[in-house]
Amino acid sequence: MADRIALQVLRYRPEQEAEPTVEQYEVPCRKDWVVLDGLNYVKDRLDGSLSYRWSCRMGICGSCGMMVNGEPKLTCATFLADYDPGPVRVEPLSNFPVVRDLVIEMSDFMRKLPAVKPWIVRKEEKPLKEGGYLQTPEQMDEYKQFSMCINCMLCYAACPVYGLDPTFLGPAAIALAQRYNLDSRDQGARERLEILSQHDGIWGCTFVGECTKVCPKDVDPAGAIQRYKLKAALEWLRPFFLWGSER
Amino acid sequence: MPHRVPHDDRPAYTEFPPRWYRPRMSTYWWLKRRAYLTFILRELSSVCVAWFVVFLLMLVAAVSRGEESYRQFLSWSGSPVVVVLNLVSLFFVVFHAVTWFNLAPQAMPVRLRGKRIPGSWVAASNYAAWALASALVAWLLLGG
Repeated sequence: MADRIALQVLRYRPEQEAEPTVEQYEVPCRKDWVVLDGLNYVKDRLDGSLSYRWSCRMGICGSCGMMVNGEPKLTCATFLADYDPGPVRVEPLSNFPVVRDLVIEMSDFMRKLPAVKPWIVRKEEKPLKEGGYLQTPEQMDEYKQFSMCINCMLCYAACPVYGLDPTFLGPAAIALAQRYNLDSRDQGARERLEILSQHDGIWGCTFVGECTKVCPKDVDPAGAIQRYKLKAALEWLRPFFLWGSER
Repeated sequence: MPHRVPHDDRPAYTEFPPRWYRPRMSTYWWLKRRAYLTFILRELSSVCVAWFVVFLLMLVAAVSRGEESYRQFLSWSGSPVVVVLNLVSLFFVVFHAVTWFNLAPQAMPVRLRGKRIPGSWVAASNYAAWALASALVAWLLLGG
């Protein structure tokens, strides 16, 4: 393993250029260094003007998502040594506008997230003295996988549907809606279905499946969306066959 | 400048209008990743599925018009162009079926006595149903 590796970083400085340019930096390639360590090295030692987001560096805050050699990755969980001898190309997440360097504009996602009501909706809250809403391990198992989402938006960067049509609600938002639909304490499935069964909702998805492959938390948004499609189709058919509603 | 499009609903607190760079997706995005290409081929394979439906309807129409018409249909479908077209279509229809069956476990989490059964079983049951249907058709055509 070489002791240094080249980082090719996309730079975009709106005050001086109309399009991004690539700058190359040599950083140490240590066994335990991730791409984010390389970027921090650049910022600390080589070029303090480099802008990027990061926070926890342990794969839970979801802020350091970038394209590494064309793949959406959490840079805190992507080891430089795996790209030896390099170079490693680091770009801002695809399908989002770029504010500066590796910083993307995410307010589109931030608007979509609350639209699917990602919280427990109750028609009627039960009185406090009756205690909490209990759940069996099996009931929790139903939705747990979808609750692992850290909103890192790697799935949006991998989704060509979102890239071509930014009005698409997108993988993470739909998976999160499904997380609450599958929760035994929730009663908001019908409210969510109204939003999700619109054209820009689940039916926008063509099941490319890349969102699931790039997810660092094994959430499987593609699976969530397909299951939702089945549910929406059954819900649409229900009046014709008169079977009971689940919730 | 084409790439410096100010966004309409930019946050109100922004001191200076942000000049975001908006990358455009290449027309050839589907060549960039193997999974994208597989996806596009699977979508395109629907045309081949449609062709087989049309071919079957043409066969039924020819049969209903009588023996002479049926013979004409047979000789036409034996011509090299149609044979090649059908072989290509068969390849894509099989490709369509296989890729869909492999995706089925993702869309269908099946539970048995409270436990989720492995995805490979769901896919296997699809293949088994396919084999059964094919065997039935073969029996009807050859032995029945």
